[in-house]
Amino acid sequence: MYDDSPLSGASETPWQQLRNLTPARIALGRAGTSMPTRAQLDFQFAHAQARDAVHLPFDHGALAAGLAHQHRQSLLLHSAAKDRDTYLQRPDLGRRLSHESAELLGQHRENNPDGYDLAIVIADGLSALAVHRNALPMVAHIEEQAAAEGWSVAPVSLVSQGRVAVADEVAELLGARMVVILIGERPGLSSPDSLGLYFTYAPKVGLTDAYRNCISNVRQEGLSYAMASHRLLYLMREACRRQLSGVNLKDEAEVPLLAGGVPRENFLLG
Amino acid sequence: MSSFQHTVGGETYRFDSLAEVMAKASPARSGDFLAGVAASNAGERVAAQMALADIPLKHFLTEALIPYEADEVTRLIIDSHDLAAFAPVSHLTVGGFRDWLLGDSADEASLRALAPGLTPEMAAAVSKIMRVQDLVLVAQKIRVVSRFRNTVGLRGRMSTRLQPNHPTDEPAGIAASILDGLLYGNGDAMIGINPATDSISSICEMLKMLDGIIQRYEIPTQACVLTHVTTSIEAINRGVPLDLVFQSIAGTEAANASFGVSLKILQEGYDAGLSLKRGTLGDNLMYFETGQGSALSAGAHHGLDQQTCETRAYAVARHFKPFLVNTVVGFIGPEYLYNGKQIIRAGLEDHFCGKLLGLPMGCDICYTNHAEADQDDMDVLLTLLGVAGINFIMGIPGSDDVMLNYQTTSFHDALYARQSLGLKPAPEFEAWLQRMGIFTQADGRPRMGNSLPPAFRQALAQLG
Repeated sequence: MYDDSPLSGASETPWQQLRNLTPARIALGRAGTSMPTRAQLDFQFAHAQARDAVHLPFDHGALAAGLAHQHRQSLLLHSAAKDRDTYLQRPDLGRRLSHESAELLGQHRENNPDGYDLAIVIADGLSALAVHRNALPMVAHIEEQAAAEGWSVAPVSLVSQGRVAVADEVAELLGARMVVILIGERPGLSSPDSLGLYFTYAPKVGLTDAYRNCISNVRQEGLSYAMASHRLLYLMREACRRQLSGVNLKDEAEVPLLAGGVPRENFLLG
Repeated sequence: MSSFQHTVGGETYRFDSLAEVMAKASPARSGDFLAGVAASNAGERVAAQMALADIPLKHFLTEALIPYEADEVTRLIIDSHDLAAFAPVSHLTVGGFRDWLLGDSADEASLRALAPGLTPEMAAAVSKIMRVQDLVLVAQKIRVVSRFRNTVGLRGRMSTRLQPNHPTDEPAGIAASILDGLLYGNGDAMIGINPATDSISSICEMLKMLDGIIQRYEIPTQACVLTHVTTSIEAINRGVPLDLVFQSIAGTEAANASFGVSLKILQEGYDAGLSLKRGTLGDNLMYFETGQGSALSAGAHHGLDQQTCETRAYAVARHFKPFLVNTVVGFIGPEYLYNGKQIIRAGLEDHFCGKLLGLPMGCDICYTNHAEADQDDMDVLLTLLGVAGINFIMGIPGSDDVMLNYQTTSFHDALYARQSLGLKPAPEFEAWLQRMGIFTQADGRPRMGNSLPPAFRQALAQLG
């Protein structure tokens, strides 16, 4: 027996109505001053689900098929981390391509010596679930905008067991002027499927995070695809104009309400 | 460069530099294996600890782990060392220093006077030969008090940073988490938002919103939006009300460069914050976050172990008289701290070393979903840090950060620690909680009301 009723010994919370304003675990009530039983076990289940998401395998075959359906080519690549256990303990290996994948890109470059304006990379990161759910529509938005700008776009690179910096090596080998990587962020309890976008201008192996711009939390319940691609386009245009990316390139995009309606205002100052 | 050797159990172990002894003496953790600097087995680790225990503290003033010419953090450490303050322990070895710290000569006053005489490397070295109980006991002797709009770090007090993050920075969602936290007695260290996107216009809006809430309800606390220091400077230039200036920092010049900062940029941020004169009780206004593994993560560790790199970051922090320093211990992931055991030890090391060096230490007692850790591990670390006298911890709704995707201490966790250890919030904030009718603390036990405080009824009424 556990619920929030007075019979359980937990106290009611008089600010329950706030719960529809945020996905955060607010107004949980209390047992004494501690977490009531239901909230406690809900949390434990969410943690169990997130643990399971970390270990879900990356289905890059299905993703390649989905891209083909959108008439997009893809390249199937693998990082230097051979399996999940290695990946979790050796980020250095997840940042580099395997020997075979590097060779494959080298061959691609020989056949496409002019390079590209933009390379798009998709990597599983810490949540293949995020990529499975969000990568295809996100890529469609980005490619649409790139086409409108007249930029040439490389085939989409799908990297298994990849980390953010692997995009720099992919882009360098493809001869791309800009790169954006779509990668599964580490799963949260309420968000096992959050996608992160990292953008680099003039990418090359060895760049640090100071040279990247990040747009995080792209998913159904978070930042919309339209908003994310709007911000990304702003960054890419500014990067082309100023020939740099990272901390010196502020995200000053005017943010129109492209989706999701009017943000609800702070009620504490009404 | 010196070499060291130690013979034990019929075997002689040789270490080719001070950095090697330090690294191999470190209790085992995944990040040092990743860096290739860890001891190769348990025997070598203890032999390194024995060799380290025999090294005179004075040696740390003659052998820099990263060359003076190559690193501005080393230059800061050497140039700011206070030889007179060092005098009471200058005759000791690292092992002798551990004994001294545990003994009666080390008390609140003597440790406060000693802090400027210690280098980060000395603190890191002695911590490596200390057990968990030593790290707790010595830290408990030390008090580091900081002031801005209230007083944090007094004995018998434990504060929280109310962290009302929201996945899209929506004002109503942030406000809901703020109110929830305030009603659970959290938020005296600060109300500090990690923004979802680093857009200058939305950062400025959030700063104005936090300032508005603090003023409207006359909350004796301070606000922070955790954005890059250069963005904070820009916000200040735009005339936006900003209390605490945030920055992530690390223990080497190259690692700081990977964060896009240098001592010069930090000084500019500090000066910009001071220019606003917003502190009413004091002018500690920098808020730094650190964490073991950040230097290695940036490929900027110079062959040092991660705990020594972390402690060097505290030299950077103390140069700017911070309001709060937060070691975000389990955020970085299992490649640096693999499991609950490693996270617990690292949190206690960081708290101890920071306090010993004179910093107002707090800890983000946390883990990610790809680490081998869970709520039980966090309860252990929270309890130990509470006993050790930590200045502040995080407070978030239900331990679940819905923006940063990790788990840290909840509003309820803070109340657990306050209740079980008899700790109170910052005095100014405690008085506010009573005045607002949120809760009172009688007989050492917090007592919460079951009705909404009048000041907030009107705000909720508008929501319909």
